[in-house]
Parts: sequence; structure tokens; C-alpha cells
Amino acid sequence: MAVVIERRYCDAIHPLHAVLLAGGVPLYLGVALCDWAYMASFHIQWSNFASWLIVGGLILTAVTLVFALVDLLRPRRRDQNIAAYFVVLLATWVVGFFNALLHARDAWAVMPGGMILSLVTLLLSIAAVWLAFPTSRMGDPV
Amino acid sequence: MRSAHFVGMVSVAGVLAACGAEPQTPQYGPNPELPAPKRGVLPSMVIAEPAPWGDRVPTVPEGYAIRAIATDLKIPRQTLVLPNGDILVAEGRGGNAPSLKPKDVIAGYIKARGTTSVASGNRLTLLRDADGDGAYELQTVFAENLNAPYGLALVDDTLYVANQDELVKFTYREGQTQAEGPPERVTELPSEINHHWTKALAASADGRFLYVGIGSNSNITERGMTAEVDRAVIWEVDAQTGARRTYATGVRNPTALAVHPESGELWAVVNERDEIGPDLVPDYLTAVQDGGFYGWPYSYWGSNVDDRVRPQDPEKVASAITPDYSLGAHVAALGVDFSVPEMGAQFADGVFVGEHGSWNRADPVGYKVVFVPFTGGRPTGEPIEFVGGFRDNDGTTRGRPVGVTVDPRGALIVADDLANVVWRVTPQP
Repeated sequence: MAVVIERRYCDAIHPLHAVLLAGGVPLYLGVALCDWAYMASFHIQWSNFASWLIVGGLILTAVTLVFALVDLLRPRRRDQNIAAYFVVLLATWVVGFFNALLHARDAWAVMPGGMILSLVTLLLSIAAVWLAFPTSRMGDPV
Repeated sequence: MRSAHFVGMVSVAGVLAACGAEPQTPQYGPNPELPAPKRGVLPSMVIAEPAPWGDRVPTVPEGYAIRAIATDLKIPRQTLVLPNGDILVAEGRGGNAPSLKPKDVIAGYIKARGTTSVASGNRLTLLRDADGDGAYELQTVFAENLNAPYGLALVDDTLYVANQDELVKFTYREGQTQAEGPPERVTELPSEINHHWTKALAASADGRFLYVGIGSNSNITERGMTAEVDRAVIWEVDAQTGARRTYATGVRNPTALAVHPESGELWAVVNERDEIGPDLVPDYLTAVQDGGFYGWPYSYWGSNVDDRVRPQDPEKVASAITPDYSLGAHVAALGVDFSVPEMGAQFADGVFVGEHGSWNRADPVGYKVVFVPFTGGRPTGEPIEFVGGFRDNDGTTRGRPVGVTVDPRGALIVADDLANVVWRVTPQP
């Protein structure tokens, strides 16, 4: 007697993947807010905070990229959105990395480029969340 | 964004393969060329690769000889020749600046590879050549338990030592080989953070005043303006009372001071700011004017505004004095002393300058002792290499000169804080 196992697919991304992905947003938001505070006050500590928050964001995004890559490489679980999600997430990390280098400059040399890159990184990280969460990972039934 | 510099400016810690991209124009003298500030994605960094001297010695001009007169020291920085010919060596490493940014952690690790791994001596060592044969057979600890001693000065029978946190004094009797007891405080010195920790020292010609060089607490205010109170200044301290006043301001890192033997003017070598290009900002040699403001942090080389500083201060910029003589950007001048006729005709009138060598430059500079000739009490002409051979073109670095001291009997004493050696250069008869 043949046994047919009906494969079930999860609709949502893995919870750990989700936490890491979403966790990047407040960090990158913090970077942008700190940069704004530095521009407004010239208090260097805001710029120091921004530098460390970027590192935090980059670490989370890097681990998230591994999850996304695994999803990307499992064709039966992917749909058309996963590629776009992966590209946007990768862009978040790359822009964030250049932002980290920019924030390694001394004092006001961070500005205005640092502020601009912080906003771009923030928008990219929000876009990545937007693309990742509705993504259905339904495959064709076997 | 400066995406044009994303490629080509990056070179880290000796992994650099080619470094022909940057201009080679020497930037010496009273009117150095000042290119526009620039900075790539990463700062250009080429770090010394330490190697032992072995049988080699530094190179000196024809007609001069060099020998090591002390070895196995614990980071020698500045030296002082005592009236009887004995030499005191200040040994140590200071600074307690915390890493504020991820960059500080990484850059600190990379830069440490180009310096000695020996622990700070925190002491003064005395060297003696009793029979005058040029070999300093006695090497003994004169005083210990000091806190990163650097500047040294002797006025009559009082020996002044500038620790990284206070100016202290010992009673000195000629011939003494060990201090009689712990030192007495003259005055406290600014030591919080101590990003630039060295406290340079010189005594006025009449011995009434001591001048103390106090470096800035950052490259360019990246530790905040409040960290810069009483920093980037030269203090004038009353030797008797310890009372002090600020003699000059805006001198980023005055690493060595010397008093002109005839005019009595105070001269300084000053290390200028990094990370705005290979040819900015020139380190300089200057006579220090009483009450003068020399630009840091708001401007450099007179009134060239540094845009990295906020808030800016146009009034201060307008009042900034242009230094006398550029030694070239990033050479890291850490020693200066006036010559004497006994050093030989070509090197009789002028100053010797010890150049520790660059890190913030793809094409390294410094790593030598130069002689800047003087005419009529002012520096003129190009610097002449006096002691070289510290660094090879492949990055191998056997030594890094710091303090230079002229022995009035006709010798130049050079402290080398990478090899932990003191060198002595003498004219040959």
C-alpha cells in the first residue's frame, strides 16, 4: 500500500530569520536619529552612538543574509519575491558597510554623507522587511 | 559622497602592493604647497614592519660615526645630557584614551604592530662614559616608578621631569647615578584621556620658567570639544612656585621644545592633524610666540579652515599664526635640539629633528633624523638627512627616532623607541 505524504509549506519565514530581519530596522533607525542629533547639536557622542549602531545593524543583516541565501537556494520553497528580497537585503548591508566606513571619519567629516547613507540604509532595511514578510513559500505540490 | 576615491586610496598595514598614486612633492620650508583636503573610504595606512638591527647601524653622513650606547631599554623617548657628560634617558609609554568608535579598536590594533611590544619603563636610565672612549659602560636606573616620563630639563641643581600627568623635580648633584628619593611635584598636568600623552619640556634661558608642551586630546575634536580644555597648548610654569599660565594655544601636538641658545626664543616641533590627505597637514618647526594661536582645531597652516570642526570659529581662524617652517606632512617630528659648532661646519647652525615616521600615508615619510639649517636665527633651505637607514623601501623598519639631544662636546644623542636603543653620532676627526 502506497503511502502519500502531503508536504506542507510554511507561509512565514523562520521566526529567528524574522527577528533578525526586523531587528535591523530599529538599529538603522537609531543610526539615522543619532546622525540627525549630531547634525543638530554638534555633540560628538551622537556620532559615536551612530557608529556602534551601524555595527549592530550590519551583524544582524549579515546573519539575516545567510537565512535569505538558504531560502534562495531552496527552489522548491521560493517564489518570485524571494530574489528581490535577497537583493534589497544585500544592498542594505553594502550601503550600511560604506556608511560604517564613512562614520569612521573624524568629527564633522562624517557629514553630510553619513546622514544620507543612514537614511538610505534605513529605507532599504524597511523595504527588505516589506518584501520578506508577505512572501509565501508555497511550492508546487509534489 | 566621494565615490571617486572609493578605489585607489585604500592600503592597509603593509599589504599594499603599489603605492605610486600619491604625489611625491616634498613640502618643506616656510611656504609649503597645501593641496585640497581629501580622504578616501579608508584612511591610507602603511605601518612599519619591525625588524632587528642585527649588525647594521643607522646611516650617517661622510665624516661621522654612529654607535649604540645603550640597548635593551624600555621605550626610550627623550634624553638629557648632564653637565658631566652623563646622559639621562626617559623611558615609557603613556596614554589611556579609550576606544570610542569601532574605528579606534581596529586602527589601534593596526598601529600597535608598528611599535615596540616592550612594556613601559616608567623610569630614567643614566648612561656614563667615564673614560671618554665613546662607549657608555655604565647603564643604571636613575629613578623609577614614574608615570610615562618624557620631557627632561636641568636647571642648576634641579632636574625636572615631565610625567604624563605631572611635572616633578629631583635634586641633582653632579656625578650622581641614582636619585636620592622620590620626586617632588611642581604642578599637575592635564592627563584626562591623554590621547596625545607626551609632555615635552624645556627651561627658559634664565631657568625661571619651564615650558610644557601638552598635546590635543584627539586628531581633530572627535573626542568632543570639552575634552580639549587645556589641551593643544604650551604652558609656562614658574619653576619656583609651580604657578602656570598658557603661553601658546592651537598647537596640536607640541612633541618637543628647545630654547634658542642665543636669542632665548622658545622653539617647538608640532605634529599636525591626519586624515585629510598625504600632503596635509605639514608638521612644523616654529618659534613659539607668547600668546600666539596656531590654528588647531579650527584651521591649519595659518587660516586654512578645517571643515571637520563644528562649531567653527572664524574669529579664531583669522587670528591663527602661520608657523615658521614645514617639515612635511606626517613625518611625526618628536625631537628637536639646537646644534653647536662642535657638530662640524655643515651642521653648526641649525636644529636636529627626530622624525618618528608616518602611518597615515601610502608612501611613508620620516623615519630619520634631519638637520634644518638656520641663518640669522631662522630656518632656511631644505632639511638635510643626518641619520637614516631606519626603514627600507619594502617596509622593514629597524628603528624609529624620537628625542634628539646635542651633547655640547660634539655628539648627537638619538633615542630609538622601536629598537629600544640610544644612538650616538659623532664627527670623526
